[in-house]
Amino acid sequence: MNFSEVFKQSNQLCKVSPDGKYLATCVQYRLVIRDVNTLQILNLYTCLDQISHMEWSSDSLFILCAMYKRALVQVWSLEQPDWHCKIDEGSIGLVSSRWSPDGRHILNTTEFHLRITVWSLCTKAVSYIKYPKACQKGLDFSRDGCYMALAERRDCKDYVSIFVCDDWHLLRHFETETQDLSGLEWSPNGCVLAVWESCLEYKMSLYSLDGRLLSTYSAYEWSLGIKSVSWSPSSQFLAIGSFDEKVRILNHITWKKIAQFEHPAIIDNTKTVYKEIEKRPAVSSDEMSLHDITVASSLFSTQSKYDISPLPVQIPVVKPDPDRANPKIGVSALAFSSDSRYIATKNGGFQVHSLNWHCSGDSLILIGKDQLCLCYMDADQNNE
Amino acid sequence: MMPESSLVKDHYGISVKCGAPLLRHFNQSSLPLHGNTNAQSAFCTQQNVPECLSHINQEVSSLGLRTIWTELDESSDLNVVTVLNCMHDLIQLHRRSLRTLENMEVEQLKSSSKLDYLQLSTTRLKEQLECSKRENTGLLERERQLQQKVKSLQNCLKNEKEEMQKLQNMIASRATQYNHDMKRKERDLNKLKERLSQLLVDKKERKQAIDVLNNIGRADGKRSVWKTEKTEAKHEGEMYKTLLSDYDARQRDLVLENAELRRVLHQVKNDMVSLLRLKKLTQKGVQNERDGTQANSEEEQEEEGFEPGKELFSVHASEKLTNSIRLQWRRLKSHVEQLDSQVSLAQVNAGKSSETTPRETQEEEVDKLKLEIQEYKDLIQTQQHLLQHQLSSSCDEITSLRNDGYMLQEKERLRGEWKTLEGQRSIFERERKNFTEAAIRLSHERKAFEEDRATWLKHQFLSLSPCGDPKKLMLSNPTGASSTGETELNLQLTQEKLSEFLSDSASTPKYRSSSSLSTVDLHHALHATPENLLIKPKVKTTNTEESRNLWEDFPILQELSEP
Repeated sequence: MNFSEVFKQSNQLCKVSPDGKYLATCVQYRLVIRDVNTLQILNLYTCLDQISHMEWSSDSLFILCAMYKRALVQVWSLEQPDWHCKIDEGSIGLVSSRWSPDGRHILNTTEFHLRITVWSLCTKAVSYIKYPKACQKGLDFSRDGCYMALAERRDCKDYVSIFVCDDWHLLRHFETETQDLSGLEWSPNGCVLAVWESCLEYKMSLYSLDGRLLSTYSAYEWSLGIKSVSWSPSSQFLAIGSFDEKVRILNHITWKKIAQFEHPAIIDNTKTVYKEIEKRPAVSSDEMSLHDITVASSLFSTQSKYDISPLPVQIPVVKPDPDRANPKIGVSALAFSSDSRYIATKNGGFQVHSLNWHCSGDSLILIGKDQLCLCYMDADQNNE
Repeated sequence: MMPESSLVKDHYGISVKCGAPLLRHFNQSSLPLHGNTNAQSAFCTQQNVPECLSHINQEVSSLGLRTIWTELDESSDLNVVTVLNCMHDLIQLHRRSLRTLENMEVEQLKSSSKLDYLQLSTTRLKEQLECSKRENTGLLERERQLQQKVKSLQNCLKNEKEEMQKLQNMIASRATQYNHDMKRKERDLNKLKERLSQLLVDKKERKQAIDVLNNIGRADGKRSVWKTEKTEAKHEGEMYKTLLSDYDARQRDLVLENAELRRVLHQVKNDMVSLLRLKKLTQKGVQNERDGTQANSEEEQEEEGFEPGKELFSVHASEKLTNSIRLQWRRLKSHVEQLDSQVSLAQVNAGKSSETTPRETQEEEVDKLKLEIQEYKDLIQTQQHLLQHQLSSSCDEITSLRNDGYMLQEKERLRGEWKTLEGQRSIFERERKNFTEAAIRLSHERKAFEEDRATWLKHQFLSLSPCGDPKKLMLSNPTGASSTGETELNLQLTQEKLSEFLSDSASTPKYRSSSSLSTVDLHHALHATPENLLIKPKVKTTNTEESRNLWEDFPILQELSEP
């Protein structure tokens, strides 16, 4: 593997454009656009303050740079470097900023989640959405970009509003059966909305596009509940990772559990277990349907390699502090492969930042704090 | 009294014996003591006094008493005093013995009663012991049960404690989560309050604003539409359309899956039916015929009832299918169980013979089976070879047949050609025969003609010229050019002659075997005449017509002369 020279970036703001041609990095208050193949600097933009958040528009023509401290959003155009756009939220402050799926509207969430302002770059029109809920994942766009689901909270009750992204027309507004909604996610086919409770109660509710409650699922009571949720790309399965270190898979026909995967401390029922040999060795397993992947952070940038360790393997378990909230136990990351055959899960407090599958479905990339690992399913090789 | 008692003891048996009858006597006849003189007189009579005396003396002495009579006494009169003393002693002795007897009897009674008492007490004590033992076991049992109860209760207690601990942990974690959330909310609230106060204090309020250089077009290039009821309805419609299409797709998938599953079930059912039929064929005598016929009738009913493809979507069909599959499965299961029981029986039978033989027999059986398998494999291989060979030979036959066919066709064709050729050959033969005949005849006639001509010429010459060389003319005529007049005449004559002869010869064909005649001769004969004929027509033009006539008359010659 060849590596290019190291480029500076700040805030981990470094994104490739959706069409894959450009690479945008933020360095303090500058936005640097490079060509992906040659890594030549194509454009350089200067923002008014340190950039907190940067996002490409869906058509790769515009880039949004948000500066939360100054409640400013600046939008830059790739085609016309002279074009500029500045959105000032004023005194009301800015907590988050994002593009709409069509790449022509910007949704700013004000401070204290007072409202969401929808700025149109086509018409300079402004729309307001009141009472958005401040939760883990309160806003989600459907994959085809037609609909937006927003969690709202009025009068101590949770609601979900479904907007049509074309003209921000409110399609449906319904109350949910949750006590404290924590997140929502569209299914990839855009027909089902998964809504889940906060971790104090294990409750997953499924709503159809037109607002009807399809089903609810609750695995157990009283213990800490859902930690992470992921749809399969075919919309057939919904994977729920919970604090009891188990992953439960629901099927889309009956919305009942069809499979359950556990993360025991001693692994002896998998095919192969890869153990990273390093200063602080970590264990990763490579199984037909379950991954339990860890990457240890190293103090020095030592080369680490993966060895196949004989079964049974004991995973080092770190007991979390019971007095602290949001304990570092449970399944915190889930990723389905693109053909819905495999699911990768991260259990426990291991230092894995994200899991992503390749679109062909046969390799997995793990990004740890300092390291990157590619796992190939069939070839049984690990590259670093 | 000791020696007496000892004596009494020593001689107890004797004394008892002696004393017993005496006792009996005395007991029986205690009152009529005086009246027993008859009995005494039986012992002692007037006659045997001294013997009696001595006897009594002996006995008394043996008893340890003073003798009543000594031999030294002179008078046979008894010393009454001694006798009385003796009697007193005897009576004392007797009394003592009676007393001791009484004592003994009393003691015996006592001891017997004691014995009885002891026996009773032992039985009573034994019963008591058994009772107490039973009680003991009962108590032990109770104790054991109670201990078990205690253990289970302890377990329950432990579980309950654990559960309580878990619940406490849960509550604790929930409490921490709540507290955390509350704190976060409080922090947010504080921030909000700060912000509010800041805003109230702050004079300058920055308003929201957007500053765009120029409007950019929509992503899809269309113009934006006003929000009207129509658009709203359109959105609703689109939403329902997406939902419906999703449901449609799902239903299609489910229908396909359903059909596939039905097909698979049907296949499984058919397989099971065929399997059971095979098994039934092999087990004719084992099963009851009634059951078999029943089952057959059932199967027939099922077979008739189910029509795959027609009633795919009716509930009845699916129910029938599932029922039939269940039935077949039950039958298969029962059959397999039967087989299992048979196998186990066989195993048991084998095991009954000896303990080690089952294993051995199993091994033997396994070996046998292996051998059989090998044999069958070989058989199959040979059969395969044969089959292949057969197939290949049949293929050869086929090809040979095909070839034969072609051959036949060719044969036919060749035969036909042969026939024609034969025909032609026969024709040629005939013609050749004719030709040979004609040639022979011609030669003969030519000979004759030559002779005639020669004679005629001779005559002519002789007649015409007085001298001359007829031979020269003869010689020169056929070979070289001759004088015209003579030649004309000659020609005419010869031609006439020839025609006459040939016509004669033609009218009367003479057949001769051509085989003797060789073609060389024929050629010679032929060469001779055409030369003559050829030469002569060359000389004269008028003769060409005649020669043509000649050729016409003698087509054979013409033919044969032509190459």
